[in-house]
Amino acid sequence: MSHGLLLTFEITILVLAIFLGFEVISKVPTLLHTPLMSGTNAIHGIVIVGAMLVAGLDHKDTLTSIVGLIAVVLASANVVGGFVVTDRMLEMFKKRESSGPKP
Amino acid sequence: MSREVTNLLYLITIVTFILALRFLSHPATARRGNQIGAVGMLLAIVVTFLQNEVVSYWEIAVGMVIGGAFGAVAARRVRMTAMPQMVALFNGVGGGAAALISLAEFHNRAPNPGTLKTDISASIMLSAIIGSISFAGSMVAFAKLQELIRGRPIVYPMQQVVNALLFAGVLAAGIAIAAGAERQWLIWALLGGAALFGVLFVLPIGGADMPVVISLLNAFTGLAAAATGFELENNVLIVSGMLVGASGTLLTILMGRAMNRSIANVLFGAFGQLAPTAPGLAGAGATDGQVRSASAEDVAMMLAYAQKVVFVPGYGMAVAQAQHDVHSLASLLESRGVEVSYAIHPVAGRMPGHMNVLLAEANVPYPQLKEMDEANAEFSRTDVALVIGANDVVNPDARNNPSSPIYGMPILNVDQAQQVVVLKRSMNPGFAGIDNPLFLNPKTVMLFGDAKESVDKLTADVKHL
Repeated sequence: MSHGLLLTFEITILVLAIFLGFEVISKVPTLLHTPLMSGTNAIHGIVIVGAMLVAGLDHKDTLTSIVGLIAVVLASANVVGGFVVTDRMLEMFKKRESSGPKP
Repeated sequence: MSREVTNLLYLITIVTFILALRFLSHPATARRGNQIGAVGMLLAIVVTFLQNEVVSYWEIAVGMVIGGAFGAVAARRVRMTAMPQMVALFNGVGGGAAALISLAEFHNRAPNPGTLKTDISASIMLSAIIGSISFAGSMVAFAKLQELIRGRPIVYPMQQVVNALLFAGVLAAGIAIAAGAERQWLIWALLGGAALFGVLFVLPIGGADMPVVISLLNAFTGLAAAATGFELENNVLIVSGMLVGASGTLLTILMGRAMNRSIANVLFGAFGQLAPTAPGLAGAGATDGQVRSASAEDVAMMLAYAQKVVFVPGYGMAVAQAQHDVHSLASLLESRGVEVSYAIHPVAGRMPGHMNVLLAEANVPYPQLKEMDEANAEFSRTDVALVIGANDVVNPDARNNPSSPIYGMPILNVDQAQQVVVLKRSMNPGFAGIDNPLFLNPKTVMLFGDAKESVDKLTADVKHL
């Protein structure tokens, strides 16, 4: 596939993703806006894929190695921290208090 | 693994992310959604490991262990009240990662000038600029929320001009590189300039506007990730990044709407920078009223014999970490037959939905949490509205006084309740330094003190009745 053609495909899915994003997010109730922020925060941790591709390259100089490694560290923190924090938040949303301390 | 198979597996990851967001439309399914997303992320990581270009496994593994351990420990240890700065921090490192990927990519590819296609180098520049702004901006937001630096807007003369010139310079460097001036020092200058801009851009924004800023920076990191996807020709990055970009943008717009202010006003208005002009609230001439303070016993009596009590939490509740105590009081009142609910303003706190999370932590069942419209419909048949550390979101001037800086902002109409009790540390005006005539309303009594201590005292007194 030519580079130009690939680019048009990429732009197409980019635009579709914008509409999909608006569509899905508009259904999230205000109640869950903090977990939404934190959950999307975890999702942009997908930059870890980019960081791995850079850090995993075969022939690279020192600068690329160091920068790639730091990128992997940062992105991993983003991924793990993002999902764990979101899980902790969502765990708390309950309909009835089943185990909560009774006054 | 062939590129085709890789891309199809990445598609599964994309689907899990979309499902994760879809499941967030209801509290009962939200947690499962997040877990599905985490599995999708794991799949993407495994698939990336299996790509032919990836050969230095050890470097990646070491980096992952370090970053992952930090993320896990920080996320486990953080208290729910410190959640906004935690989200800001994780958002920042994501942006930083995107910027560094661009730096490495450019460094790797640019030694042979002319080999970079314009769209690739343009994506590299975009991801470097946006990622760097997001990183530095998030760190400042983190420092403000963690109170490492003061939360009030920091302003200096010609601020907007300096910021605009700086941004123009960064943009010019980016365009120069994309146009073919593939010099290494240019990208360093660009990254540094963008980071400086990120700092200067968030510094003048006050603490109460942080929900908007965090949400915007979240969108920025998403966009940076999407741009990284273009430079690496990688679909999972493009779609996931853009989903986050769209979500963050939408949330930012919703926050702005909830305050009835334009996003530009929030970002560039340095809201709340002015010190209060009147020496004290009692001196404010517009409303001739008196502040009446009550004892905890009086308020406990009021609450215990009410039919319907609405709690109105604000940032003060988060600061005092009073959410558990508030829930104890509410449960006690419920056991006495009082109808209890919570009125949540969309911008109460430091993050969209901040109050909901804190109250959920305290085991408050979510059907008791009422959004603004629903809550406002109920105040006229409410006996007591108990305002806990909220100020601007219950200020009737937003409705009545066209000269007030917050005029037009939708508020919780607590003054329509039979009685209003305001728990407040002192008579200092709120964050924005705006007078609040609610405190002078004859229906209102004030209970001064730390929110947690006051609520505990109320609980004890209700028990003794």
